[in-house]
Amino acid sequence: MAELHLNGVRKVYAGGVEAIRGVDLEAEDGEFVVIVGPSGCGKSTLLRMVAGLERTSEGEIRIGERVVNDLEPAQRDIAMVFQNYALYPHMSVFRNMAYGLNNQGRPKEEILERVQRAARMLQLEGLLERKPRQLSGGQRQRVAMGRALVRDPKVFLFDEPLSNLDAKLRVQMRVEIKALQRGLGTTAMYVTHDQVEAMTLADRLVVMNGGVAEQIGRPLDIYQRPATRFVAGFIGSPSMNFLTAAVAADGRSLELPGELRVPLSARAGPTAGRQVTVGVRPEHLHLSPGSGPRLTLSVGLIELLGAETVVYGHPAGHEEAVTLRVQGVPEVTEGQDLELGLDPAHVHLFDARTGRSLSHPDDGGAV
Amino acid sequence: MVENRRWLNLLTHAVLLLGLAVVALPLWMTFVASTLGPGELINPPIPLLPGSHLLANYGEALSSGMARAGGVPVGTMLFNSLVMALGIAVGKIAISVISAYAIVYFRFPFRMTVFWLIFVTLMLPVEVRIVPTFQVVSSLGMLNSYAGLTIPLIASATATFLFRQFFLTVPDEYLEAARIDGAGPIRFFRDILLPLSRTNMAALFVILFIYGWNQYLWPLIVTTDEHLYTIVMGIKGMVTVSDEEPNWPIVMATSMLAMLPPVAVVIAMQRLFVKGLVDTEK
Ligand SMILES: Nc1ncnc2c1ncn2[C@@H]1O[C@H](COP(=O)(O)OP(=O)(O)OP(=O)(O)O)[C@@H](O)[C@H]1O
Ligand SMILES: [Mg+2]
Repeated sequence: MAELHLNGVRKVYAGGVEAIRGVDLEAEDGEFVVIVGPSGCGKSTLLRMVAGLERTSEGEIRIGERVVNDLEPAQRDIAMVFQNYALYPHMSVFRNMAYGLNNQGRPKEEILERVQRAARMLQLEGLLERKPRQLSGGQRQRVAMGRALVRDPKVFLFDEPLSNLDAKLRVQMRVEIKALQRGLGTTAMYVTHDQVEAMTLADRLVVMNGGVAEQIGRPLDIYQRPATRFVAGFIGSPSMNFLTAAVAADGRSLELPGELRVPLSARAGPTAGRQVTVGVRPEHLHLSPGSGPRLTLSVGLIELLGAETVVYGHPAGHEEAVTLRVQGVPEVTEGQDLELGLDPAHVHLFDARTGRSLSHPDDGGAV
Repeated sequence: MVENRRWLNLLTHAVLLLGLAVVALPLWMTFVASTLGPGELINPPIPLLPGSHLLANYGEALSSGMARAGGVPVGTMLFNSLVMALGIAVGKIAISVISAYAIVYFRFPFRMTVFWLIFVTLMLPVEVRIVPTFQVVSSLGMLNSYAGLTIPLIASATATFLFRQFFLTVPDEYLEAARIDGAGPIRFFRDILLPLSRTNMAALFVILFIYGWNQYLWPLIVTTDEHLYTIVMGIKGMVTVSDEEPNWPIVMATSMLAMLPPVAVVIAMQRLFVKGLVDTEK
């Protein structure tokens, strides 16, 4: 058990690809850190640098009190769960789990006891003599977890461990992973591109883009106060609606095409005439417009999900498509014109050029 | 082809049986000949059914057969062949697997150069380099020794290429998982890579064992001491006795004996093949 510190970490691959462009990250003891981001943003690279599988080009990685930059993976006191599990195919489940302990030269009884305890926790007791190929995907996943567990490491590292499972099993394993990690109180670093996993698992969420951490924070904070347009669009499903707008001459409101005006709260102070991007989450548009600003939407596709309904459409006078998410099953038909209410309190403003948030300028990570 | 016509079935079976006969008949004739008494073979027609001298002939071949023709017992020659074939098979596999491991898993200067040099030895089998090789072996004092019989044939890492291709298909995650599990290069090689290569090694072992067993030219050149003669040389020697008719039944019995070890190896290894094919361990 230990804290994890990343300090100005950079990674340049041999070919000159700069995969990580300077990441600072701190995880407290026992914290569950989730790294989320689009494909190719450097999530795996960052995790593998912590594991010691990739050299760190610059910066410092610290686990507990130790700087681990120059240590071999086995010396870092970490355990890793791979996306395709990487179980040794010729070894039994028991041997797979015991291999790391064997290499540490632990006594036989201790190995036996530790493996059995891990097997009990993961309900693998009856499977210890099987080979990996005789297991289902979910069981393999458990064995991979078990292999990490028996080592009793300071940090667990997970690289998209659930992406090979079907949807139902994924939910189940997600809950189990969280419960296990809580129970053991071990610091964990978890890479995923599934934002439900990210939101539910994380104590601390890192949203990465193009090799930098765009924002680091608690999941809800990131949802409520995204620091950049990218984060706003990436977190939340369906993703946030973006409309271009300009600040009115008096600096008090926003002018959007279609005669739409949105009053600006005092806290955001963009200068008059400035181009901005307005962001509104689909769940913050509502069907019963009050006295506030409203948006006329000509309805396109409708997705009925039962508990909620997602409506896609085009607002009058705007280029961008708009998504609306409402509870239950509303009375909406395709082709209809809908009047939508827009709550100014839930409007996010972003600089049209840099993408930085104008509503929450103080949040965010190492941008 | 899912066609199921009767005459087509018959035809294919006929072709198969014909093929079998072509392969099996000489073997059968050899066996028959090895059970006949002396002289029975010389007069036509050649018998097609086994005779009554089976035990006597094989006993003679094993103990003193060649001795009468001025050589050594078949047992000794079988042993020599076995040493040579095993030495070549084991030696080649060991060298190839280790060099492939180095080439695939380690970054060292001139790695690709080394690989291509090894690759070039594919083009230089013993027959091509036989004169210089003999020169080297002789000046190292390895004539008439097991070392002289085996080492020059081991010293071409032809199977390196095969193992390299196989290692390249082994997922990197195994290496990474092993590194996290604290396995150094030797442990990774021994505990993970070698077991994964088991079926490849078995296949190669069969091929190389038979290659070594069938060597004729090289043992003929490096051995002058008949205690190091191999069985293939021995059979040749038994046929070319100077002033009498070769004792064909004994020659045939020796041939049958010479066939047994390769057959045994194939049968023993076949189980591993099939197992390897059934449970794809990758
Ligand atoms: N060994 C390598 N050599 C050179 N470039 C690499 C190497 N590995 C990854 N990269 C590059 O580094 C960047 C980040 O890769 P990384 O695997 O970390 O992405 P990721 O966020 O894990 O993506 P995914 O979600 O698809 O797994 C990519 O642009 C990739 O092409
Ligand atoms: Mg990845």
